[in-house]
Amino acid sequence: MSVVVDARGLRCPLPVIRLAAAARDAAPGTDITVIWTDPAARHDIPAWARMRGHEVRATAPLAPPDAAPGPDGPDAFATTVRTAG
Amino acid sequence: MNPTHRVFLDAGSGAPLHPAAREAYDAALAEGWADPRRLHTEGRRARLLLDGAREALASALGCRTEEVHLAPSHTAALHTAVVALHRGRRRAGAGVVLSAVERAALHAVAAHVTDTHAAPVVVPVDRVGRVDLGAWSAAVGVPGVALAALQHANGEVGTVQPLDAAHEAAAAAGVPLLVDAGASVGHHPVPSAWDALAADPRDWGGPAGVGVLAVRSRVRASAPWPEDEDPWFPGGVSVPAAFGAAAALRAVLADRQATAPRQSALVARLRERVAREVPDVDVVGDPGDRLPHVLTFSCLYVDGEALVTELDRRGFAVGSGSACTSRTLEPSHVLAAMGALTHGNVRLALPRDVLEADVERFCDELPDVVASVRRMAGAVGL
Repeated sequence: MSVVVDARGLRCPLPVIRLAAAARDAAPGTDITVIWTDPAARHDIPAWARMRGHEVRATAPLAPPDAAPGPDGPDAFATTVRTAG
Repeated sequence: MNPTHRVFLDAGSGAPLHPAAREAYDAALAEGWADPRRLHTEGRRARLLLDGAREALASALGCRTEEVHLAPSHTAALHTAVVALHRGRRRAGAGVVLSAVERAALHAVAAHVTDTHAAPVVVPVDRVGRVDLGAWSAAVGVPGVALAALQHANGEVGTVQPLDAAHEAAAAAGVPLLVDAGASVGHHPVPSAWDALAADPRDWGGPAGVGVLAVRSRVRASAPWPEDEDPWFPGGVSVPAAFGAAAALRAVLADRQATAPRQSALVARLRERVAREVPDVDVVGDPGDRLPHVLTFSCLYVDGEALVTELDRRGFAVGSGSACTSRTLEPSHVLAAMGALTHGNVRLALPRDVLEADVERFCDELPDVVASVRRMAGAVGL
């Protein structure tokens, strides 16, 4: 079971709020992938996961570094978190 | 509560002017207004005050008067120290080693003096912000390192660094150590493990417009700028500012034994109440080995800018390392390096005359402030 949260263009703390809402509604052990562009999310998603006992599985860029700028461009990343339980 | 009653809790590198500084500044303005380079009576009077200031600063820092150089600001002191010490070691190499939690001015000047072949080596820190000594020792031991820089204590999170061991490792490799003591001098015992040390009068209640750089006479330095009578900071500094800074430092060191425990107790109280009364809060920094007056915490699901603004509206001035409170929209590199939450951040630096009642009132109001900002963002029941 997996869920995708699109938080592109949202500024902190909104990506983490959207992710937390998805985690609240998900069954334990669900993989949630959040897509973000805000630089603070890089630090705040792992910090949130640590505070809540969730596990960060991976973070990867959405597009290759030479992609055209935009919501699918080099500033977008995808982080997958597995909910506790 | 009187709405005009302001509670200033952001005294880091911008403390309220100490009364001793104001008094000394005024006296020096009356007596020492002339150019201290002149040979007439007025000039010599100014020179006497300036020399007295350097002598007092040297005695407080535990070094010789001729090792103390006065800068126009703390930032200028750090920049100049790195540029001159780095150039002084150009035969040994071009590398710079510094911790991940040094202040931004140090990261900037380290990148400025190193070329692309020898980008600064940034040594990581642990969860409380303390430098990884193993990684530090390995980094300074690599051939080609010109200079290492480590703060005495972190001004954002309060954690004190293991300076003695870090200095020993640098010395064993023959690498000079620059210590940024800008957040600690006046609050924590002055360290002795350094080759160059920068201290910030603005942080201990001195006037703006002066910084302090001490360089041990054995350390090799080379200036890439033209010669001047004041070789480190051409043109010299304001005599009243220097005299005020020295007077303030003397005053704060004289009552540090009383002030520091009082501030520590208030910070411990804040730490305990914030962690207990605010849900989903990340209290940051070493709980024990820390500056007496600094506390930082981050609140989950909270916009830092909204938090600072709402606290300000209620009469509390606080700092923040959250991205939305910075001009660049980048979060604090210190919080990031520690793996701490960067949004919803509040940074407190208690002034020495902070009232216990004001600290308690801050603790009383904070849970409601955080809850209201969370409600506004729709972050309820997460």
